[in-house]
Amino acid sequence: MIALEVVAKLLGCLLVFLTVPLLVGQMEHKAMAHMQSRLGPMYAGGFHGWAQLVADGVKFAQKESVVPARADRRVFELAPAVALLPYLFVLITIPVGPGQTARDLSVGVFFALAVVSVGVIGVLMAGWSSANKYSLLGGMRAGAQLMAYELPLVLAAASAAMAAGTLSLDGIVHAWRWWWLPYQGIAAVVFFVAALAELRRPPFDMPVADSEIVFGPFTEYTGLRFALFLLAEYGGIVVFSALTAVLFLGGWKGPFFEAQLGWLWLLLKTMALSFVVIWLRVTYPRLRADQLQKLAWVGLVPLALAQIALTGVVRVTTS
Amino acid sequence: MTLADDVFGLLGVVCLAAAVLVVTSRHVIHAALWLVVCFGALAGCYLVLTAELVAWVQVLIYIGAVVVLMLFGAMLTRAPVGAVQELDSGNRPVAAVAGVATAGVLGTLVVAAFRGAYVDIHHTQIGDGKVIGTSLFRFFVLPFEVASVLLLAALVGAIVLTKREV
Repeated sequence: MIALEVVAKLLGCLLVFLTVPLLVGQMEHKAMAHMQSRLGPMYAGGFHGWAQLVADGVKFAQKESVVPARADRRVFELAPAVALLPYLFVLITIPVGPGQTARDLSVGVFFALAVVSVGVIGVLMAGWSSANKYSLLGGMRAGAQLMAYELPLVLAAASAAMAAGTLSLDGIVHAWRWWWLPYQGIAAVVFFVAALAELRRPPFDMPVADSEIVFGPFTEYTGLRFALFLLAEYGGIVVFSALTAVLFLGGWKGPFFEAQLGWLWLLLKTMALSFVVIWLRVTYPRLRADQLQKLAWVGLVPLALAQIALTGVVRVTTS
Repeated sequence: MTLADDVFGLLGVVCLAAAVLVVTSRHVIHAALWLVVCFGALAGCYLVLTAELVAWVQVLIYIGAVVVLMLFGAMLTRAPVGAVQELDSGNRPVAAVAGVATAGVLGTLVVAAFRGAYVDIHHTQIGDGKVIGTSLFRFFVLPFEVASVLLLAALVGAIVLTKREV
């Protein structure tokens, strides 16, 4: 009975992981197109091109998977899995309602941040094993960027955990009140910006800058392996948006029916944050390497430390 | 032998094998990637010993930061695809002596301190954030502070070293 429940929950997580990123991808197609006075995909599937990403998936599956002759074959083939799977594992701990998690861990915040940080290794593996100077440059840029933004990400999440007095993601949502919006506002912004950088989304897309280094670490990838990297990118957007919603926007909390409709409130918040991610891509130009590092070390880290100091003072004086 | 014992032993074997591959591999990047496997298996060992927080901190710090830093450093300097012959320096005997001595001291210490200690996963306190925090700030405050002074010294040293070259 318990085994059946575990399997059902894991299948549910897998289903969410295979559908919600596609929704975000389709939203990116359409929202970006309309922001640029275009229509975007209109033909696939009939109604406003809803099946465009399904068609893309079929196309990727049919393509030949090429491994460059000078590449390190095993590392090259393993890299997409290392980049993709961490996001799938994190999804297991996201609470979708009061006490409704596939697996509630008492150290949920640490689990989520630790597992997400493993995905970076997949990008570095891809960059190195391709035996291509553009890939190597992209991998190095990704490494430098991700190391700089890991620290503000962890500090901002630590502030939310301190304010709630627990490391459990469900516990943090339980402790959340509306006045956390101003109280944890700085941490929320720092976390979201650092998450954007972890995802290498514009304006932090130096590692894959197409006008300079083709497509960075993913230059040599074709077919299904390339599609897996794309899925990792959109899965990452979903996971980081959901984590931001859980830590700073009250997760499954909503105006009514929290126990029954908690998943809907969380999904709405996640999609709204994903829309902001897409919006920022259309709005801002790419940051240069030195600007990236400056924003992380001179901007986000001191802000996150100030937020932790504020949270600590409030916790000590009020309890 | 319970299931937990078997899993622990298996993870230990994986950890040891990966560690041996780290020092014998002729591919610089492969060595770093085997180190990931080694650290991952070690985190698994911590999990079986019910030290949840320590396990995930291990993944976050060592796999997510230290190995990424090593990979970055290797890619920045030189990391050709394929085997490198001149990886061995002439210090093999010295390194062997240092390695065996360290392993001996640590092994003796651990065996002497924890001889016969046994974690029964069904009747023990799970090492989550609360338990670790309580013992760290109630019983181990002085070692904690000493460690933080050590880290501060390393920070200051790093700043001094980089400033001198400017």
